[in-house]
Amino acid sequence: MTKITIVGFDGTRFDILAENGSTVMENAVRNSVPGIEAECGGACACATCHVYIDDAWTDIVGAPETMEEDMLDFAYDVRPNSRLSCQIKVRDALDGLVVNVPERQA
Amino acid sequence: MTLPIDTDVVIVGAGPIGLFAVFELGLYDLKCHLIDILDRPGGQCAELYPEKPIYDIPAWPEITGQALVDRLMEQIAPFKPEFHFNRMVAGFRKLDDGRFEVETDEGELFHTHAVVIAAGGGSFQPKRPPVPGIEAYEGKSVYYSVRRMEQFRGQDLLIVGGGDSALDWTLNLQPIAKSVTLVHRRPDFRAAPDSVNKMFSLNETGGITFKVGQVTGLKGEAGLLSAATIKGPDGEFDIACTRMLPFFGLTMKLGPIGDWGLNLHENLVHVGTEKFETSIPGVFAIGDINWYPGKLKLILSGFHEAALATQAIKRIVHPDQKLVFQYTTSSTSLKKKLGVVG
Repeated sequence: MTKITIVGFDGTRFDILAENGSTVMENAVRNSVPGIEAECGGACACATCHVYIDDAWTDIVGAPETMEEDMLDFAYDVRPNSRLSCQIKVRDALDGLVVNVPERQA
Repeated sequence: MTLPIDTDVVIVGAGPIGLFAVFELGLYDLKCHLIDILDRPGGQCAELYPEKPIYDIPAWPEITGQALVDRLMEQIAPFKPEFHFNRMVAGFRKLDDGRFEVETDEGELFHTHAVVIAAGGGSFQPKRPPVPGIEAYEGKSVYYSVRRMEQFRGQDLLIVGGGDSALDWTLNLQPIAKSVTLVHRRPDFRAAPDSVNKMFSLNETGGITFKVGQVTGLKGEAGLLSAATIKGPDGEFDIACTRMLPFFGLTMKLGPIGDWGLNLHENLVHVGTEKFETSIPGVFAIGDINWYPGKLKLILSGFHEAALATQAIKRIVHPDQKLVFQYTTSSTSLKKKLGVVG
């Protein structure tokens, strides 16, 4: 299990023990993190599971692939550290990962 | 004054569950009209994940969203459902004769014995970009779709976004607008390569202006735009414009159904599990839009709900007829309806 932290827009911290191979979005939904809507259920098709990667983690998490970058065009308030949480797979290297939920998804 | 369309059932939403409801209702000789805000059948399956494989449809180990929709359209074809696309259900009221009047945002009227809400996650509506105060300009100088191109003739037009809608309207409105500026957050586009090439060559010849950046503010008075502030890689700048078209895709909202007076449970329509009828008798809700204890948002749950709601709707529309339950495998009359026996 890998520890990840999802910080809600109001600052509430959700410390989650996540299974490797699961996505950050799945863990957010399973733990009822507010602000992660995930309308399409993880198909990289809706841009409503948008998060900001904490600065310390952007290099380790890496950049989005083309399909995700395309879908980010539809996200709200996109920044250089924007990612779609359904496309981030939990792995050992992400132990301690912190991501932030934006003000809104759409 | 439009003449109302008389029908047995109006189905709100032409996603997989609305489509399958046509089948179940059709077996009981109930005629359906479907209203959907999208321009084609399939709902989320067609709009959000046409290519995504679904693994939990009984007897289909793997089927894509679009293939499922295509199969359902084939399955319900014998019942000749009538579709009303690009429409949102706006008005709803009970008539003196016990039926309902349903009105679309385009003014069509339906008089129907029953209403089936199969609206999934709600109606797809354009996403609003994160620009402070944009609401004041909406419908006056900021539009999320082009209904009439003439609205944009002679205007200084700002188009925002990087998908096919943004590119198509840049190319289509360029000949009639006074000027067109396209703003997108990066120089890459997720649109048809041909459109992208055309846009870039227009940009080179001065036919349009393309800028990388994001809109951060609007300037204008009384809802009429005069300029937009853009944050680009090298800082902020203003672009003079009188009309803006943001294209950031669609999101789902419950919409006007929320004002019908139905009992809601966290933006979902509360139903009973015998008939899937809402708190308004004669109005049913099936699929992802409904809620009851134990509800699972699965396509197969919606199919089941469509079958049970049909039993109750048959009793409403044809109260004098004896309701006979039959199997499609053995009933000659059902096979005739499906067109599989002569």
